[in-house]
Amino acid sequence: MSDSLEQKNAKLIRKLVFIVLGMFGFGYALVPLYDVFCDAFGILGKTDSEASIEKIYKVDVEREITVEFITSLNESTPMEFRTETRKMKIHPGKYYTVNFFAKNNTDRNMVARAIPSVSPGPAAEYFKKTECFCFTEQTFEPQEGKTMPVRFVVDPEIPARYKTITLAYTFFDNTEKSVKK
Amino acid sequence: MSAVTVEDHDHHDHGPAKGLLRWIVTTNHKDIGTLYLLFALLMFFVGGSMALIIRAELFEPGMQFVDPQFFNSMTTMHALVMVFGAVMPAFVGLANWMIPMMIGAPDMALPRMNNMSFWMLVAGVLLLASTLFMEGGAPASGWTLYPPLVLQTGNALPFAIFSVHLLGMSSIMGAINVIATIFNMRAPKMTLMKMPLFVWTWLITGFLLIAIMPVFAGAVTMLLTDRFFDTSFFDAAGGGDPVLYQHIFWFFGHPEVYVMILPTFGVASTIIPIFARKPLFGYASMVYATAAIAFLSFIVWAHHMFLVGMPMAGELYFMYATMLIAIPTGVKIFNWTATMWKGAMTFETPMLFSIAFVVLFTMGGFTGLMMALAPVDFQYHDTYFIVAHFHYTLVPASVFILMAAGYFWLPKWTGNMYDERLAKLHFWLSAISVNILFFPQHFLGLAGMPRRIPDYAVQFADWNMISSIGAFIYGPSQLIFVYIVYKTIKGGTGEKVTGEVWEGAKEQSLEWTLPSPAPYHTFSTPPEEIPTMSTSR
Repeated sequence: MSDSLEQKNAKLIRKLVFIVLGMFGFGYALVPLYDVFCDAFGILGKTDSEASIEKIYKVDVEREITVEFITSLNESTPMEFRTETRKMKIHPGKYYTVNFFAKNNTDRNMVARAIPSVSPGPAAEYFKKTECFCFTEQTFEPQEGKTMPVRFVVDPEIPARYKTITLAYTFFDNTEKSVKK
Repeated sequence: MSAVTVEDHDHHDHGPAKGLLRWIVTTNHKDIGTLYLLFALLMFFVGGSMALIIRAELFEPGMQFVDPQFFNSMTTMHALVMVFGAVMPAFVGLANWMIPMMIGAPDMALPRMNNMSFWMLVAGVLLLASTLFMEGGAPASGWTLYPPLVLQTGNALPFAIFSVHLLGMSSIMGAINVIATIFNMRAPKMTLMKMPLFVWTWLITGFLLIAIMPVFAGAVTMLLTDRFFDTSFFDAAGGGDPVLYQHIFWFFGHPEVYVMILPTFGVASTIIPIFARKPLFGYASMVYATAAIAFLSFIVWAHHMFLVGMPMAGELYFMYATMLIAIPTGVKIFNWTATMWKGAMTFETPMLFSIAFVVLFTMGGFTGLMMALAPVDFQYHDTYFIVAHFHYTLVPASVFILMAAGYFWLPKWTGNMYDERLAKLHFWLSAISVNILFFPQHFLGLAGMPRRIPDYAVQFADWNMISSIGAFIYGPSQLIFVYIVYKTIKGGTGEKVTGEVWEGAKEQSLEWTLPSPAPYHTFSTPPEEIPTMSTSR
């Protein structure tokens, strides 16, 4: 109680401003924390962003899992994008290749990025891709169409409750952002 | 400490400065409180007019008056104006006026910052309003500003974001001021557990504000850099995730809705004991319940996002945590009821609004509990049911209590009595029409009508029409309040009120020991004794 009112106010304000700045930082800290939490609980449905090394699994011929493929375009992305296989039955541990077709519908060069998502989310960690067009940005010449393979395996460790896995790709037009870089 | 207070304010004889400049440069807590309250009232009508545009368009199926883009701008701007322009500033205004008088302080702790935070609020709201006239229209993504939709906003986006920054800074400064005032300026005998509940609820609200507004500022800054500086916080193409925004937003957003309701609780806890002529039942439990609600508000945010595809464990956690909030809230409802129990109640307008608040807020609380159930929320999410829910917790709760506060303290502020007959008319029109307005929206939501749409299937026509009729009674009814306030300032009923105004009020709270109207400078020396009727038990 020996401090004057001004001193007490100044002390308190310093603490409160510290909280304010801390919380501003916390808002930004939520960005990496979000990824950490999603990774820790495997809930985001994000597959690995790099190719898995092709290793040999013991093929579980007893089990069949349905894998579905979905393609979509982010709003106003001027492309054609489809899968050649919509749905297939697979055995965990066995490698499969499916083809996707994407075409640039414009008369300019285009850089596009496909973002994968697996649902149910927790199945993502068992879904391994050794080859995928989604690992890097894809460059398209004007009106160029490409057939792009995805080679994948489902880890036989996958819990029995997963009977259907859906892999969805969305193409985003990244031309502007890439040009700026 | 009392000696220090006297020395610091040794020039307390002068009254307010003359002329218009008084209102621009004032650092007096009562002047700034008045500015805040009048500004909030103005914004209440601006936001209300937007709501009437919405209800006019929804009166019948089909497109009548506005195009869909503008309609969506209206829902967005209505929410932003009401939240940041009307309800929050109104409570800051009440805090400015009442907190120093309630704790026996001569003014707010930081008077100049007080002035600055008010004018920053005005700047923020003007900036927000200016987006209405920009190419591409005002933001139309809903007040939650979810990406990627919000990133399609036209020229208005950076203006809306800077406006949020200004409003946020204004709120933070207001909150710091309130906290500093409460911690450092209390009269010697005013210990924390003797503070009126309005002061308590504002102290806790202050902490909520400084914890959440910076997070929101961060979130909108990320939107800004995503749009203009090629970051990818929320852009999946660059490795970001739009769902992340929802998490950050609702980490702010859920405590934010309590910022609007906690001071409401405080005012209700102030008014009800006076008209029941009893001490507040369970003072300490009220304080703890407020603190518990504030704490819980930080750990339940994802109940706004049950549909994003959370894992089962997440849904369950957020569901149970949310339902937990019903306990401290229930404590409050029961305490208010117990305060009225066997009281010598009279039904002046502030009490009428407060009783309506207790009843209607409880209904809003129950629909909240319904939506806390994750499986049920799958059906209710983004339908008119949620619109009905949060309007019940905001309009017949926060807004009714603000009206109650207006009637309750107007005699203290002006020294004149308001017109009780007109005020009762205002109450009954409001209480009836607000239910005509919002109750049918429950049915619309249960039947599956989505929110934020300008046109709808004909099956929803009847209830929408009734709802719109309610809106067009409720809206204009509020003009009665403006007239009453004007008339009261100009002399009211002619009856001069005593300092105490309401029977027995002196025993409840310090402001009633002052003369009415409250002098420009009050408690230049802290009061010797403080009322302890509600807090001594």
